[in-house]
Amino acid sequence: MSVAPEIAGRDESEASASDTKALPKVQIHGLNFFYGTNQVLRSVTMDVPALKVTALIGPSGCGKTTLLRCMNRMHDLYLGNRYEGSIVVQPDGTDILDASVDPIQVRMRFGMVFQKPNPFPKSIYENVAYGLRLQGMNRRKELDEKVEKALREAALWEEVKSRLHQMAHNLSGGQQQRLCIARAIATDPDVVLFDEPTSALDPIATSKIEELIVELKKRVTVMIVTHNLQQAGRISDMTAFMYLGELIEFGDTNRMFTNPAKPQTEDYISGRFG
Amino acid sequence: MGSSRSASSRRLDQGLESVMVWVLRAGGWASVLVTFGIVITLVKESWPFFQAVPFVRLFTDTMWTPLFSEPQYGIGALLAGTLVTTGVALLVAIPLGTILAIYLSEFAEPQFRDWVKPMLELLSAVPTVVYGYFALLTLTPLLQKIYPDLPQFSMLSAGMIMGIMIVPYVTSLGEDAMRSVPMLLREGAYALGDGKLGVALRVVFPGAFSGLAAAYVLAISRAVGETMIVAIAAGLQPRMTVNPLESAATVTAFIVQVSLGDLPHGSIGYQSIFAAGAVLFLMTLGFNLAGHALRRRFHRAT
Repeated sequence: MSVAPEIAGRDESEASASDTKALPKVQIHGLNFFYGTNQVLRSVTMDVPALKVTALIGPSGCGKTTLLRCMNRMHDLYLGNRYEGSIVVQPDGTDILDASVDPIQVRMRFGMVFQKPNPFPKSIYENVAYGLRLQGMNRRKELDEKVEKALREAALWEEVKSRLHQMAHNLSGGQQQRLCIARAIATDPDVVLFDEPTSALDPIATSKIEELIVELKKRVTVMIVTHNLQQAGRISDMTAFMYLGELIEFGDTNRMFTNPAKPQTEDYISGRFG
Repeated sequence: MGSSRSASSRRLDQGLESVMVWVLRAGGWASVLVTFGIVITLVKESWPFFQAVPFVRLFTDTMWTPLFSEPQYGIGALLAGTLVTTGVALLVAIPLGTILAIYLSEFAEPQFRDWVKPMLELLSAVPTVVYGYFALLTLTPLLQKIYPDLPQFSMLSAGMIMGIMIVPYVTSLGEDAMRSVPMLLREGAYALGDGKLGVALRVVFPGAFSGLAAAYVLAISRAVGETMIVAIAAGLQPRMTVNPLESAATVTAFIVQVSLGDLPHGSIGYQSIFAAGAVLFLMTLGFNLAGHALRRRFHRAT
């Protein structure tokens, strides 16, 4: 973890430089979510700023992953789930929870990276091309360019350029997770959702992913669920603290970690519970 | 006192455990011994045959007439029957079985699946003699309405019914393999905006391929070794042909036919069925080894 202080230091300078209020990319308003009759999210309202890293933190079962999975309507895959409220994506102002909105269209705008690397049983190239093909891109040259661009942005190109057509499963865990990031950003989504992306990785692979996420916010909005407070501190600009399905506090990461407004936030951050 | 009792009960546990280990070990060895027994019988009984008939004649002769006064030993005539009926069966069972497996694993409601799967598995519990007469008395007349020149005994009819019989093997194993593909993999594809069919075909199917390959290999072995259906419905005349519209005997049908007759023990005709059996055994062994290799290759990939 010798790289960690360096990341933290750099992030601090960036965060203080970005104190000016950013434009909202996603406006969550009065969001309730139910698994069957069990209410998991209670009236969550927050504006996720564009081109920033927003971290969702809180103890297990607080609803942070549930909130993240509302953003790309993943809950629609399972029966008995219900949303109330709105999630409006700017600049076009689409409410992605609206009944007329196709969840597939939503998912094409929101990339997602999961807790464990989940490359498809295909070649490295085909993994990255998967989303592109779904969006109708078939010309070889165009695909080649997009795949290379995504792999470069995921800091994986140099390691895999000579074996693009080998199975993705031959990569190491950290490389697989970077491949999944390349897969998620290849289609130029508006927002990339990370669900504890480093929980299955070793410290070196973790710091590579963290650097990558900080780099990514130059062109996409990032939301990340993490149970690792140091990680939230190192890479996020904004932090949302959730507890028992409610959003307790949401604000600038530096301010939240040094001077939390709510006692629950302070208790959690100082390690008194969670 | 308490400690001595627990010590004695521990001794009992250990005694029971070593007995169980021996029982399980014996069970494991039993299957190996039976296999060896079969191999030894096959080799011992077909040995005199290969003393009298040079091995190459199996492949240079063009007819299989070991019971004639001027016998010919072209096993190709029997293998053709086996391979054609197996081929027809696989053309039915692999597409049908795979589609059913995909449907049951990815699309069917859980209640429906729990109801259909046992029904389907019942198909493989039907006695093969029933299948054989079903092919001969029901399917063949139906096929003759479409193609009037179809003979009473045909490899097409027997092969199709054999295909129906092995559909449950493919479906059951295939569905298990597809359901064991992790949900995380499916979610990865959904998150990119794929639909249900796309996820099933592009992610779940390749992810389950090692299990599906095992299912296909089992189906092949089952079809190659199937006896009653082909003996009843495909005909008993060895014929070197690849046309499924003709009748022909398979290796297994020949073995049944000869063993039901009154050939003297030790005659060359009697020994020929062991030679045919040995060839069949080598074939299934080959398929199984190929299946294993295929499985290992894809297993590493997933």
